[in-house]
Amino acid sequence: MRGIAFVWQFGEVLLAIALAPLFSGWIAKCRAWMQNRTAPPLTQQYRMLRKLFLKDVALAENASWLFRAAPYVLFGTMVLAAAIIPSVVTDLPFASAADAIALIGLFATARVFQALAAMDIGTAFGTLGARREMMVGFLAEPAILMVFFNAFLLFGTTALTGMVDNYATHPSVFDPSVVFAAIAFVMVLLAENARIPIDNPATHLELTMIHEAMVLEYSARHLALIEWASSLKIFNYACIGIALFIPWGIAIHGATVGAVLIALLTLIVKLALCGAALALIESISAKLRIFRAPEFMAMAFLIAVLGLLVHLLLGANTSA
Amino acid sequence: MLKSHLDVQLLNLLAAGMLLISFAMLSTRRTQQLITLFAWQGAILFLSTSLVAHEAGLTELYFSAALTLILKVITLPLILHTLIKRLGAQWDNERLVNIPITMLVGLVLVIFAFGLAQPISLLATTITRHTIGIALAVILLSFLMMITRRKAVTQVIGFLAMENGLFLAATSATYGMPMVIELGIALDLLVAVFILGIFFFQIREQFDSLDLHHLESLKEE
Repeated sequence: MRGIAFVWQFGEVLLAIALAPLFSGWIAKCRAWMQNRTAPPLTQQYRMLRKLFLKDVALAENASWLFRAAPYVLFGTMVLAAAIIPSVVTDLPFASAADAIALIGLFATARVFQALAAMDIGTAFGTLGARREMMVGFLAEPAILMVFFNAFLLFGTTALTGMVDNYATHPSVFDPSVVFAAIAFVMVLLAENARIPIDNPATHLELTMIHEAMVLEYSARHLALIEWASSLKIFNYACIGIALFIPWGIAIHGATVGAVLIALLTLIVKLALCGAALALIESISAKLRIFRAPEFMAMAFLIAVLGLLVHLLLGANTSA
Repeated sequence: MLKSHLDVQLLNLLAAGMLLISFAMLSTRRTQQLITLFAWQGAILFLSTSLVAHEAGLTELYFSAALTLILKVITLPLILHTLIKRLGAQWDNERLVNIPITMLVGLVLVIFAFGLAQPISLLATTITRHTIGIALAVILLSFLMMITRRKAVTQVIGFLAMENGLFLAATSATYGMPMVIELGIALDLLVAVFILGIFFFQIREQFDSLDLHHLESLKEE
């Protein structure tokens, strides 16, 4: 029985690595459709990765080992995060090694390495991007922690897999705090993945970019790994959201092969819907000035805290 | 009396939605958005009141729900929209003092309201008694909104939102007020909006702006 669990584990990680560029491509396609542009093909991300992997690396003269190591660290942390998140099955042997708080730590590690690598060369843009990224990061982290605390309170566990298992056994649990947590989570997702209200992933305009400014000095396979890691990051975030708020269909402990296949299909449907929703949010909102970003994140934090309060007021009483 | 679990959860959800809208109102800058939010708050209030009426089997509450729908979702937002169009203030952007701090103050208010409502909700016997805390929080947040705003129109919207909170408190604590009082309050609100509308024009004529700061200094040449 444990053997099959390892099969699921590796299968899920490989699935995440393979599907992540497709998910980014899908979001880009939906965005293009909504903005009346000709959409790039779904395989565009893969083609770009292939092109980048075939090129030779151009390194700045004063680049240290940190600059060269950062893409691998980024990619590694994102793959590890994908191993912990129950996107298809909850019977994950690796998941017992880290809970949701450790997961935030993983994302923070990736962020720190990316910021350090961006400052390593010493260009103005890299430093600017790194500073902005750290600002957004330190505002987003408490908000996402609060979102997780909401879920911890509701399900009585800090492990993502345990939460999904609990949800499957009490399908009728529905708490108003979930709504607050979900809204806060979407706001954090947009900010953390350099999406539109905070950062525009498609721009190279000097004064507004955050993520692009940090990866400006990278080329070839390094850039490919970073791009792949960022599409894995948004894929991971989408999977966390699915596991926390719409976990129906995820195969719980001791599921059969058929159930896992169904879980896979539902995951793909849910991801397609999430991608379309993200594209919609991005299309109807304007980019905020960078000084408005703290306001946006404070709002996310506040909504998550409100969720906690509402849970303590309403949830505790209804169960008593 | 029927006490289905799902309905209680739905009521809690609606009350939580009202709280969320209160915070959204606290943070929006545009007057027009504020009116739309106010209409949504009224709509949620209508839904939750009709749900309570259905749960408790009280026909009176249906009337007050209908009153809410007509007055707070349709009539008042319409009046306010025409009013700001006449005043030419549709696109008004209000400069607010530091939104994150206002939000944090709001959060403290919510905690205070929840703490205050805890003993009250133990005394009440209605199915909606847990939402008293939220209703109190909505009232206090509307107060806060009236304090932080400078423009006359937005202060009036804060006042109307406060009435929404009072109404929610009444329905959750005692299944609504007697019909006569409710009708009286509805009429009061309507008249208040009319009179304040006239005031808006007077204020603008005097100071060429709707900013209430001009009212604070004595004008003695």
